[in-house]
Amino acid sequence: MDKMLLGRYINGDSLIHRMDPRGKLFLSFYFIVIVFLCNNWETYVLMTAMVMLFVKLSDISLGFFIKGVRPLIWLILFTVLLQIFFSSGGHVYWHWGPFTVTDSGMTNGVFVFCRFVLIIFMSTLLTLTTTPIEISDGLELLLKPLTKIKVPVYEIALMLSIALRFVPTLMDETTKIMNAQRARGVNFGEGNLIKQIKSVIPLLIPLFVSSFNRAEDLATAMEARGYHGGEGRTKYRKQEWKRNDTIAVILFVVLTIALVVLRK
Amino acid sequence: MNGIIDIKDLCFRYSQENEKLDLSHIDLHVNEGEWLAIIGHNGSGKSTLAKAIDGLIEPEAGEVFIDGEKLTDKSLWNIRKKIGMVFQNPDNQFVGADVEGDVAFGLENQGIEREEMHARVKKALEVVDMQNFAKHEPVRLSGGQKQRVAIAGVLALRPKIVIFDESTSMLDPEGRLQIISLIRQMNQIEGFTVISITHDIDEASLADRVIVIDDGQIIDDSLPEKLFQKGEQLIDIGLDVPYPQRLKLELKKRGIQIPAEYMDEESMVNWLCRSILKN
Repeated sequence: MDKMLLGRYINGDSLIHRMDPRGKLFLSFYFIVIVFLCNNWETYVLMTAMVMLFVKLSDISLGFFIKGVRPLIWLILFTVLLQIFFSSGGHVYWHWGPFTVTDSGMTNGVFVFCRFVLIIFMSTLLTLTTTPIEISDGLELLLKPLTKIKVPVYEIALMLSIALRFVPTLMDETTKIMNAQRARGVNFGEGNLIKQIKSVIPLLIPLFVSSFNRAEDLATAMEARGYHGGEGRTKYRKQEWKRNDTIAVILFVVLTIALVVLRK
Repeated sequence: MNGIIDIKDLCFRYSQENEKLDLSHIDLHVNEGEWLAIIGHNGSGKSTLAKAIDGLIEPEAGEVFIDGEKLTDKSLWNIRKKIGMVFQNPDNQFVGADVEGDVAFGLENQGIEREEMHARVKKALEVVDMQNFAKHEPVRLSGGQKQRVAIAGVLALRPKIVIFDESTSMLDPEGRLQIISLIRQMNQIEGFTVISITHDIDEASLADRVIVIDDGQIIDDSLPEKLFQKGEQLIDIGLDVPYPQRLKLELKKRGIQIPAEYMDEESMVNWLCRSILKN
């Protein structure tokens, strides 16, 4: 789990790495929206070419992106099969009870597969080239307008960054408690389901107690260092909108226009 | 000499249901530039006293003056700017995502300009010799390194008083020595008023003055040399006596004549060598 949450970032100094996290966050979300504009071969080829260009620019090997697809492969295959067996229209190849395989069903299957993979590649690109803290800072700045309607954006971002910072600490702690409980004879991951659920209790309770202690210590330490809410605070880290970001935005505008023109 | 901390008749209890006061009629005066050690066993109230000085708890009665200013709800944030605190658990006081982010946390709270922040963070990290770790996350640091980062966070804020609340108790011996020598440097070279709350008598023996707290009361206030002569009494109230003092007591029990004054490790070794040569 450690690897999944934090080990994803790959240090680098590529064009993509150097982009403003706000730009990357916004464009990643925007990409998911415009993927749904694709509905024929031309548009999918164009989108794929675009994603490949970004992958190339990030200087990260394609293997990392393919690894990102792996945990979702069953969901993807399931959706693809649904498309293939239950679409109607076009030439019928095969028919049995409720199942029909048609040529448009086959094409839709391929399109759905491409759509999933493109979205996963793009979001993997975001997490591989942006540190968690940059993402949380970027989110804070992007959501800043929401403070006008009393959304505590600053506090949410701080909570997120503290949560991220404590993930490895609590992982360590979990390992320690597991070992301590093993030494007292608890078997983790053995026996039937109910037994396994029961064995989690002696793990969760000490973890909970110690988390509360940590939270109290942290609150005291923060207060002692003058923390009194987001008001009047300055930021140490700066996020700078650079030329890269403007170019990327223009590229996406052109892409959107091209998609609208090319789609059926 | 000016009193930077003045505490008058301070009382506090954690819960109204407690019959006994957790801090009972404390009077304390600390001079500017002084290094005061507070010792006492677990639950004696020494950490509570530190929290009262920083306004982290609200006293039931009594007054606290910091640098001539009375501690009230209004003056609280201004007073906290004058006090830096380093706590016991290295992990639970690391707020930032990486070293420089953590050192900057207090500065961000005060709304300091970014350029100024960068300069102060850099300088503070140099003082604690952590400048090469600026981008490291806390997982990649040892306990001692995390405590050095916490000290840098305090230094960057430029307070007048620094309180170490058992800051060395969770460290390995090497980390402990590094932190103690940093405390000494901060007090003697940089001129901070230092209060170190500790179990560790070796740390306390370096201070200018030591007070002993037991049951929420100050039961002794003296120079370290004087205090440690009272070896057995200290053990009675549940404290560790430095190793040379313990050895001295044991030797005394066996009827060996020993000079009464306080001895640190070096003078103890010297004395032992001399007495062996005599026999």
